[in-house]
Amino acid sequence: MATHADTAGVHTTPAQHEAAQSALAHHFDNMEQQKAATTLGMWLFLVQEVMFFGGLFLVYAIYRALYPQSWAAGSSHLNWVLGGFNTVVLICSSLTMALAVWAAQAGRPRKTQVLFLVLTAVLGLTFLGVKAFEYADKYQDGLIPFAGWFSPTDPETRELFTTHGATLQNVQMFYWIYFAMTGLHALHMIIGIAIIIPIIWAAWRERYSPEYYAPVELFGLYWHFVDIVWIFLFPLLYLLGAHLAAGH
Amino acid sequence: MSSSNPQKTMTAPPDWRSKLPHVNYLNANYGIKSWLFTLDHKRIALLYLLSISFFFVLGGAYAVAIRMELLTPAGDLVQSHTYNKLFTHHGILMVFFFLIPSIPAVLGNFLIPLMIGAKDLAFPRLNLLSWYIYMAGGVLTLWALMAGGVDTGWTFYTPYSTKFSNTYVMLAGLGVFVNGFSSILTGLNFIVTIHTMRAPGMTWFRLPLFIWSHYATSLIFVLGTPVIAITVLLVALERLAHIGIFDPALGGDPVLFQHLFWFYSHPAVYIMILPSMGIISELIATHSRKNIFGYSFVAFSSIAIAVFGFLVWGHHMFTSTQSIYAGLIFSIVSYAVAIPSAVKVFNWTATMYKGSISWDTPMLYAMFFIGLFVIGGMTGLFLAALGLDVHVHDTYFVVAHFHYIMVGGALMGYLGGLHNWWPKITGRMYPEAWARFSALVIFVGFNLTFFPQFLLGYMGMPRRYHAYPLDAPLWQVLHVMSSAGASILGFGMVIPLVYFIWSMRYGKFAPANPWPATGLEWRTASPPPTENFEVTPVVTWEAYEFRPIEEVKTVGGDNPDQPRAGENPLTGNR
Amino acid sequence: MSEHIVSRKVYFVIFAALLVGTVLTVVAANIDFKSEVINTTIALAIAVTKATLVVLYFMHVRYSARIIWVLVASGIFWLAIMMVLTASDYMSRKWASPLVPTVQSAPAETKH
Repeated sequence: MATHADTAGVHTTPAQHEAAQSALAHHFDNMEQQKAATTLGMWLFLVQEVMFFGGLFLVYAIYRALYPQSWAAGSSHLNWVLGGFNTVVLICSSLTMALAVWAAQAGRPRKTQVLFLVLTAVLGLTFLGVKAFEYADKYQDGLIPFAGWFSPTDPETRELFTTHGATLQNVQMFYWIYFAMTGLHALHMIIGIAIIIPIIWAAWRERYSPEYYAPVELFGLYWHFVDIVWIFLFPLLYLLGAHLAAGH
Repeated sequence: MSSSNPQKTMTAPPDWRSKLPHVNYLNANYGIKSWLFTLDHKRIALLYLLSISFFFVLGGAYAVAIRMELLTPAGDLVQSHTYNKLFTHHGILMVFFFLIPSIPAVLGNFLIPLMIGAKDLAFPRLNLLSWYIYMAGGVLTLWALMAGGVDTGWTFYTPYSTKFSNTYVMLAGLGVFVNGFSSILTGLNFIVTIHTMRAPGMTWFRLPLFIWSHYATSLIFVLGTPVIAITVLLVALERLAHIGIFDPALGGDPVLFQHLFWFYSHPAVYIMILPSMGIISELIATHSRKNIFGYSFVAFSSIAIAVFGFLVWGHHMFTSTQSIYAGLIFSIVSYAVAIPSAVKVFNWTATMYKGSISWDTPMLYAMFFIGLFVIGGMTGLFLAALGLDVHVHDTYFVVAHFHYIMVGGALMGYLGGLHNWWPKITGRMYPEAWARFSALVIFVGFNLTFFPQFLLGYMGMPRRYHAYPLDAPLWQVLHVMSSAGASILGFGMVIPLVYFIWSMRYGKFAPANPWPATGLEWRTASPPPTENFEVTPVVTWEAYEFRPIEEVKTVGGDNPDQPRAGENPLTGNR
Repeated sequence: MSEHIVSRKVYFVIFAALLVGTVLTVVAANIDFKSEVINTTIALAIAVTKATLVVLYFMHVRYSARIIWVLVASGIFWLAIMMVLTASDYMSRKWASPLVPTVQSAPAETKH
């Protein structure tokens, strides 16, 4: 579904052409082989990430099945507005990332490429900022799931965590899983932002063109994957108790 | 240098035996930096060979201590909590730092690009990184072992590991966690290489079966290892935070840990055996000079083992309060997973029928593999039966079963492979007489060590116990036999160590194709040049196309495009 | 290379769909369907749909080689194996045993 407008009048500059040629590694026969190999490699990496996060999702699922009331109570205390905002932020960042890949593929000038990449990074940092705020908030409320530290300071919260079948012990476990899953996710975001910085630098140096844009595309795959993990984390962690709270 | 062996053939171009190829991957660069920063898969394979051998010897040392303790019924050599550390260290080192990486990281790394006609793996820098990650994991684990040790068993069962154990669980777990990423990256590298870097004409069904089995192994690396990574991480976090994620007193379920742990650790045993099976296919084809019977069946059985292997982990948990219905499913599928393994054994046997068999050391190891693997595999079926497992679970029956597979299976394949490809790797032949002698010593020692353990286990001797009753006299007899066997096995293992090192200086120079065998790796010099092939091969023949030995020139080989005996190698005229 | 360039329009359409899905998830979560299973199923269905859109269009799988499709499907399948077989243990633990008489156990937190 590429439109002519996407590629009309596009040609690579000599600098970009040279960058593309020098990107071919000595053990590959040609760029097609290198592209196929690196794409397959990134997808394999993502598959193992699926299994890595999957272990945590399994733990979540089992304990949710065993302790539904505690899970609902813990979840209802999470700020779904912030969580929802973060979801929108990440979806926007996925869009800007896809547009960054498009910009390189369609031979757009480096300004456009860099713009979309920087937007992606900024949105990612926004996400992390909100998460930091949330974590700090939990700390203020006495909800850090560490032996001896978990003690809600707010009496209403404490009541929420100890009535209707919920127990403080099990709500603590919910928060532990919340921190483990969102923490691992945030770590992946941090790594992503660390990796996008040299890509922005290279884009500014006019390295990417329709002839060679693999690093942007492959990083994009990683970024989208991190977004997908959050797409699952948001409803599973933040929205469990909503209907119960609505019923109260 | 003429040989009286008629299989070593006639005329050969002058002078090729007098020295190693002028420039090969071993002498292309000198200096420690050229090794530590190499991107050459062959050098990385040798780096792995050194480090893996080190961990193997260390793991073996712990085994020696275990067998010494068990000579007498009383727990008189070490205290029980020390003994717990001995078997834990033995298990961690052997499983994670020897069995899982050995064949893929040494022989896989070395041979995969050669066998498919490529210049290197798809991601050479990632390959080097894999080795450094392996070493980092090794250092962390060694640190844990030296600082005071771990006593949880290599299986880290909770809540003992998360709550009660007073040993370096987190550090050892961290070592295992880091080591896991070495595996994942290696598997990733192999899959991409096999998919995208095969030489022209090297279709999937012309690939050596060694490649098929490493492909299947790599699938397990990528799909299974991340789960053990997250599991070990959870154990470490639990030790820190004491939330109760696996602690029944705090609402957690220890069986959840076991599900997560065995989801990887069962496929892990297929990681240990599949590469070895790939080697056996090569050894039997080569030393019977016959195409593998049922090539596609053997190829697909590797994939089947990898896939089915993920569906059976619950058979480690039959007695752990797992639901009996889940147990039923796991039991049935465990029987199913034995079928592809059996397919291989039948096909190997059929391959030998009417083959032109030569009893070189690699073939001896292949024969040992078949016999010992069958015993190990069949006893695995005993364990897969719910009713029987209830009685022999956590006894020496299990210990004997898995040692038959791991030592009788994986290790025999590894040794056979090292011998088979030693000429290619080093350009030297190992001394055949010593090699056959040590193979026999290893075989005798192995069986003497582990067969009595079947009997012990059946009679009720629990595993991981450092003492046993005095009034069961047969038990001590069996234990003494086992320990004696271990000494013989140890002695047998030292001999190859010595002659392999000896051969690198004093061994006979090896031709490009000493056996001779089919396979692209044999069409390049021994040792190969850094870029593997002078000219990228173009494959127009099937795997394992052997000709009568009389028609084969030593330097050339079996493949249809190579000159036959009496032909001018340049013009092809007879 | 002869790669298919996905147009910006497609990206924006998918983007809009993802936002709609997010809103839907929040709305559905606030409706009490009187059954935990239904709420969960709806939430997961929306999440899976959103993830599928990201995979197919943002990650270009729709236009990728078959091997990538196989890989993605395998990843999901393997995760499913782990979850389903583990869940089968937990779900069937309280079923009557075919061998021993059923033992009365203490009531635990209710579960579905």
